[in-house]
Amino acid sequence: MPDLSDSTVRHLRSVIDLPDLSGTRYELEREIGRGGLGVVYAARDLQLQRPVAIKVLDSTEEARIIARLEHPAIVPIYESGTLPDGRAFYAMKLVVGARVDQYLEAHPSLSERLRVIQRVGEALAFAHTLGAVHRDLKPQNVMVGAFGEVYVMDWGVEGVAGTPRFRAPEQAGATGRPADHRSDVYALGALLRFMLPEAAPRPLRAIAGKAMAAEPDARYRDVPALLLDLQRFQDGLAVEAYPEPVWDRARRFAVRNQVLLLLLAAFVAVKFFLFFLRRL
Amino acid sequence: MNKIVTGLVFGAILGLVDGATAWFTPEVRPAIVTILMGSTFKGMVVGLLSGWFARKVNSVTWGVAFGAVIGLFFAYLIAMQPQPSGNHYYLEIMLPGFVVGAIIGFLTQRAGSNVRQTA
Repeated sequence: MPDLSDSTVRHLRSVIDLPDLSGTRYELEREIGRGGLGVVYAARDLQLQRPVAIKVLDSTEEARIIARLEHPAIVPIYESGTLPDGRAFYAMKLVVGARVDQYLEAHPSLSERLRVIQRVGEALAFAHTLGAVHRDLKPQNVMVGAFGEVYVMDWGVEGVAGTPRFRAPEQAGATGRPADHRSDVYALGALLRFMLPEAAPRPLRAIAGKAMAAEPDARYRDVPALLLDLQRFQDGLAVEAYPEPVWDRARRFAVRNQVLLLLLAAFVAVKFFLFFLRRL
Repeated sequence: MNKIVTGLVFGAILGLVDGATAWFTPEVRPAIVTILMGSTFKGMVVGLLSGWFARKVNSVTWGVAFGAVIGLFFAYLIAMQPQPSGNHYYLEIMLPGFVVGAIIGFLTQRAGSNVRQTA
């Protein structure tokens, strides 16, 4: 038997790894992502003639979790099933866009970054109301579409360890407590910190810091509380996480009430002008 | 507090402050009570109209412009009346009236609810 070249071996391995979609309505195109729980492929729905993403994994638990989460920022599932080799798969909308870490390379504005965080937070908050916890929120699991749409992907299942930089201490087994929705609060804070530019305002850094407190009770009580603090920052109000110095408070007031202060200054100036005019 | 009440309250306060500065003009000091009442009333009328305008038009720029113009107009009506000395104080009354009107116009846009209360 002749020796095979390295590239041929690599090709054969990749072909062997590809899932057998015979018996389904999908035609495999290429691998587009690989995670701890499964592999995602681009495919084509032959019946509806549209592109889809197929995730192949060992259990259907993830599909069952996501199927319950119908939300604009959560990728909708079209169908789930079992492959001839026994592995589970589900078909979902193929999102065309950039992962958050790639999206940041285009240097979006601060308000645009905060909009993405807001959308991610809304998806998490929605999932939490149904008792679902993401457990592995990180830049690679958030997609920003070509039209600015945001999708949170790879919803975790029990036992997912998370990614170290975005993982709450309790997920690493450091506290002996189980992960809950506050673990997602931590990860959202870590994502916020990751997405902030170097010269980010202190209140924003403080919001990320509070969300990432080691002790779950010291974090925001839930995702909406974090989002509310972000909204307060965007509205020019004081944020819960940042006890600001008097000077900062005065400056924020001045910025927020620029027109009123200018008009009041004009009134005082007019009165002084008239007062000194009479003395001439 | 709806926008019309907001306009009345801010108009009264700013009109009172505007009138009170007449104290620094010794020749009109004897008539300070009349000036205070007139200035407060003028402020309230400007506030009432600005509040009504703010209900119709949701724009800070137009609110400020409207307040300034009607503030100027009512100040002109007052300045037309000659003082006991026979003098007119057009500049002294109209210039602050213009600015006070602008402030009231701004405040009625930014403060107060736009919802009409029903019984």
